[in-house]
Amino acid sequence: MAALRVVATTGSGRTLLNAAKCTHTHKAQMSFASLPKGKKVALTTLGVLTTGGIGLALALQQSVKASDLELHPPNYPWSHNGMVSSLDHASIRRGYQVYKQVCSACHSMEYLAFRNLVGVSHTEAEVKAIAEEIEVVDGPDDSGEMFTRPGKLSDYFPKPYPNPEAARVANNGALPPDLSYIVNARHGGEDYVFSLLTGYCDPPAGVSVREGLYYNPYFPGQAIGMAPPIYNEVLEYEDGTPATMSQVAKDVCTFLRWAAEPEHDQRKRMGLKLLMGSAILIPLVYYMKRHRWSVLKSRKIAYRPPK
Amino acid sequence: MALAKSVYNLLFRRTSTFAITIMCGAIVFERVFDQAGDTLFEQINRGKLWKHIKHNYEEAEEE
Repeated sequence: MAALRVVATTGSGRTLLNAAKCTHTHKAQMSFASLPKGKKVALTTLGVLTTGGIGLALALQQSVKASDLELHPPNYPWSHNGMVSSLDHASIRRGYQVYKQVCSACHSMEYLAFRNLVGVSHTEAEVKAIAEEIEVVDGPDDSGEMFTRPGKLSDYFPKPYPNPEAARVANNGALPPDLSYIVNARHGGEDYVFSLLTGYCDPPAGVSVREGLYYNPYFPGQAIGMAPPIYNEVLEYEDGTPATMSQVAKDVCTFLRWAAEPEHDQRKRMGLKLLMGSAILIPLVYYMKRHRWSVLKSRKIAYRPPK
Repeated sequence: MALAKSVYNLLFRRTSTFAITIMCGAIVFERVFDQAGDTLFEQINRGKLWKHIKHNYEEAEEE
């Protein structure tokens, strides 16, 4: 309250107050209550019409947006959709297998290191074994030469191409995007990625797709440079899950969601605790408010006319 | 009421014991609350967390 008072008495506060007063007195000369009934009705009608008009314009603008040539992905029931639902870590593990065996042929994930997988989808020993499969250029050594060594936990995922230009040349001019944050980087998130992966179809009659491109209704522009990447039995899961097309797409989307948001589970765990804490605090604060205000709320103001 | 009175006399009456009660109470409450929250979260997400599936891979590695 003291701070408020200070603000109200400073220069800027005073000008604001004065300005408010000016408009107020201006309106007071033709205040709503003193108008004749006909004018009141007219003004009210005008207000309602204006509000309705603005609402209609907004609604129309939304529907215009929805009618452009873009197919929006449906909302899929992801197992991590709920307010306190964690990611399915068995799915993340399968998704990593899909990324490694399918996606990583063209797509990099340059912000992910092998150590990130430890305790999320693989044990430390497993990740060490995975990392040792790749060769990393390191150095320089004592003689100033670069050398290759087997990968270790702190190495980042290997890139399929040394630079974007090489990636473009190898992919018909199209740059395969880095997948580290792809789920956050696209409208629709994992719904979009899932729809894109499973949404390839023949172009409708009258639509011709350029040589080397593929028709996908979910891709902005409908012509995508990526060939249909997954199909039934594109790989064999190590845990024996049937590798249907939608299962593969779902697993890789869960993996990409984890990659884009590694703090996902911790965030929801803290959210749950916040809700629990609020459940204790809010009733307490409500009770305190009622308690403090009970004096004001229960007072009676009596008018004693002068005798 | 008798309990409240004895608690008051034992813990809250003197500032020294009152402060100690607050500090100990905070530690105990924090631990209980945190563990209750974790248990609830793991109960809600049973079978999805790494904690629930890691035994599958650790056993395989020991063989």
